[in-house]
Amino acid sequence: MAKLAKAVKEIHRTDHTGGIHTGKGGIHPLSRLLVVFCYILAVVSFPKYDLRVSEMILYLLIQCIWHEISLKNMLKHIWPALLFTGMVGIANPFLDRSVCLTAGNLAVTYGMLSMVTLMEKGVFCVMASYILVTKTGIAQICHALRCLHIPEELITVLSLMHRYLMVLLKEVERMQQAYRLRAPGQNGLHIKTWGSFVGLLLLRSMDRAEEVYESMKLRGFGGQLPDHAAANSHIGQSILYVAVWYAAILLFRFFPVFQIAGKLFTLLK
Amino acid sequence: MHMADALLAPAVAGAMYACSGIAAGYSVKRVRLEHDEKKIPVMGVMGAFVFAAQMINFTIPGTGSSGHLCGGMLLSAILGPEAGFLTMIGVLLVQCLLFADGGLLALGANVWNMAFYGCFIGGMLVFKFITRHSISKRKIAAASILGCVLTLQMGACSVVLETSASGITELPFGVFLAAMQPIHLAIGLVEGCITAAVLIFIYEARPELLWQNGECGADRSRLSYKGTIAVLAAAAVVIGGLLSLAASTHPDGLEWSMERVAGTAELEAEGSAYAIADAIQTAASVLPDYAWKNSDSATGTMVSGVFGGVVVIAFCIGICFLLKLFRKKAKDTKFRE
Repeated sequence: MAKLAKAVKEIHRTDHTGGIHTGKGGIHPLSRLLVVFCYILAVVSFPKYDLRVSEMILYLLIQCIWHEISLKNMLKHIWPALLFTGMVGIANPFLDRSVCLTAGNLAVTYGMLSMVTLMEKGVFCVMASYILVTKTGIAQICHALRCLHIPEELITVLSLMHRYLMVLLKEVERMQQAYRLRAPGQNGLHIKTWGSFVGLLLLRSMDRAEEVYESMKLRGFGGQLPDHAAANSHIGQSILYVAVWYAAILLFRFFPVFQIAGKLFTLLK
Repeated sequence: MHMADALLAPAVAGAMYACSGIAAGYSVKRVRLEHDEKKIPVMGVMGAFVFAAQMINFTIPGTGSSGHLCGGMLLSAILGPEAGFLTMIGVLLVQCLLFADGGLLALGANVWNMAFYGCFIGGMLVFKFITRHSISKRKIAAASILGCVLTLQMGACSVVLETSASGITELPFGVFLAAMQPIHLAIGLVEGCITAAVLIFIYEARPELLWQNGECGADRSRLSYKGTIAVLAAAAVVIGGLLSLAASTHPDGLEWSMERVAGTAELEAEGSAYAIADAIQTAASVLPDYAWKNSDSATGTMVSGVFGGVVVIAFCIGICFLLKLFRKKAKDTKFRE
């Protein structure tokens, strides 16, 4: 139940915030998508013992401040991503015990370093995707995918899925509530009702799909949904946005910016 | 089994994007060939259904834990593997973007590990193979459980391979594999049971919704005259041309009986009518005694086999066409009356 309620809340939140701030600079959704993709690529390309990956947090901080994103909400998103990453990375300190440096009595091993960088990479990538969806929205992401010449069938499926997700989630919520009232104290669905419960939901979905198709047909659907997502985006600003962020990301990826800044600061002192 | 971005090296992620892209391209092409405008909205709503159904917890008796629905197998069983695969891409994309379940860079790998195996291996191979002749509750259950177990095992193995190839974990390949496979075996069994329960319900309530149910009949009707003739001709060449070499040299049943009764397999006939008939037969027979004239070579036997087969098929087809013609004429006359 908590999972379902969380999903409904999340979709509501994304629908509410997605695309609201697009007027701020009028950045094209494709530019946002390309920047996020470049950022994720840069983050995962850091070697496993390279702690410079921590410097990549700067992008996230700037984005959070610029778009006024709640850090608390964002951190809630990290847990599912960290689950599997943690499972894979937790073994590293035990298997790779070669000492990297010692601080007093504490010996830092390469295994510890690789575990930390793995966790950081996981967290940063999830945060970047979260920022993208929160401030861009699914409709605009679909527009970006259309610009990348992704087949129309796939985009229409994605767009329709997003539209009807809420309807079907509400349907599941209603059915679950009815089930709970008739079977109190049960954690989930009993084995005897597995088929009929989900089967009925499926039949209702299929009937709804028929209705959806007929309504779409009446409104002139010819295999492609209308796209008004990025009507107000500014091309010049979008290009500038990509250029600046690409330069910054590549700079942080290939040069130890924090170290250089530290040295400069020492020299000035 | 959703992989996060951090678990993949860019090269591996790129390779997996390429693999999934090829499968997606193929699926798009196949869906376009169907020319079914209605299918796209159905795919969208079904994608939303799979997502919603995955939110439901199924209590596993005696364990206290819960399982989920196997989306790939279910979608393939209803929409077909190609449309199911495209819908699963949509489901994985929404899971990745809205719920941080799987990374954006790792999407190619996740599509491969979950959608490709689920739809193409589970749906196209396992489900189609088991239900190729007919559909029954037992067959649906067997296909669902086997398909889910197999595809989850393959998916788990791919996760281990991709992570190891990326050099992310210090876990040795064997240890990682040994940790992943058994747990996914249990998950596969549970998911298979849930999928089977749902598909059996659909089979009982609305059997026409199942992909293979309609496909069986469609396949049969698709067998054209040309196809039938080609298959028969190929069979004639193989049987008449090659297998005739292995034909027995012993006399057949009638010859054997005649030899036992009269002491010879070929009876002498006297009279002018017999002489004329024998002369015509000798002149007309291209391959007397299944061989070239005055020759015992194997090619003669082969050619006679093929020749005979072709003549018999042509004769049968001719008879069929004649019957069809008569039937059509009879229908027309009846209609005029």
